[in-house]
Amino acid sequence: MAETVVPVTHEPTPEETHLRHHFATPEQQMDAATLGMWTFLITEVLFFGGMFAGYAVYRGMYPDAFASTSRYMNLVLGGTNTAVLICSSLTMALSVRAAQLSKRRDLILFLILTMIFGTIFLVIKGFEYHDKWVEQLVPGFNFRYDEAIQYAHNAQILFFLYFAMTGMHALHMVVGLGLLTFLLVQANRRVFHANYFAPVEMIGLYWHFVDIVWIFLFPLLYLIGQNR
Amino acid sequence: MTAHIPKVRPLVLVWASLIVLTGITSAVSKIDLGEWNVVVALIIAVTKASLVAWIFMGVRYTTTLTKLFVVAGLVWLGIMLLITASDYKSRNWTYQGQPWSQTKTVGGSH
Repeated sequence: MAETVVPVTHEPTPEETHLRHHFATPEQQMDAATLGMWTFLITEVLFFGGMFAGYAVYRGMYPDAFASTSRYMNLVLGGTNTAVLICSSLTMALSVRAAQLSKRRDLILFLILTMIFGTIFLVIKGFEYHDKWVEQLVPGFNFRYDEAIQYAHNAQILFFLYFAMTGMHALHMVVGLGLLTFLLVQANRRVFHANYFAPVEMIGLYWHFVDIVWIFLFPLLYLIGQNR
Repeated sequence: MTAHIPKVRPLVLVWASLIVLTGITSAVSKIDLGEWNVVVALIIAVTKASLVAWIFMGVRYTTTLTKLFVVAGLVWLGIMLLITASDYKSRNWTYQGQPWSQTKTVGGSH
């Protein structure tokens, strides 16, 4: 497959590549950073995996109660948020590309777009939480389930998982927005160029990972039970 | 320094595929397929996640060692899910009433 390679006009200096003395080459340094980031992301996979395992266990125990909750999930808002996050992943990937090509203006533009999509996601999520509060579906605070009272007890488990999982996901989004702000400041200071873009790429990996978590949350929390 | 720089076209294609798959999974969820609704939803989710990881996250272009780490992480996730599932599935099993059991059947066997 054809690969685009940065045209190297001169041999980059260690200062340009931010090469630390314990690495032999910038490539080795980049490989180490990528491996380290993936190691962190695997711990995140297992962290979220624990909650998904809890979801699977309780769904297996109370399938009817869990399915009964699907009518309280807002498919339009959930679907919109899925699309918004997918768009943010595209702009994040384009940010990394812009950094690799030393296109500072593009990098800043795509970082801002990514942050706008991330913010839209959180605002929509906030409206959904508000709706859940108004509909009295927050376990431990105001849970009522009068329309299907026989499921009230077990449906609470689903709503607890809903708030725990989407809340933890939203927290990751907030952290991601903080990291993107850091990148934006650095990009504005002309820190990134074809010979140094590791932070953009690593934070990009994190952002895509958070997108993947949502890719699983959306069908499991919103879609399952819609067929009833 | 040389690095793999993704072309715009594949990135946009992956984005379009993810949007289309989101539409498909939403539409299919309204059709009653019984237990298969879960299976279809998960297959589509895994496909979407793989696209993100393979192209957006560039697993395709990483070193073999990184690929190995990614696979190892998924194997560990699989172990967690499998052992959790087998635990909960088998908790109320009993040896009573089984052909190899010395004990007389007391109550139902499940």
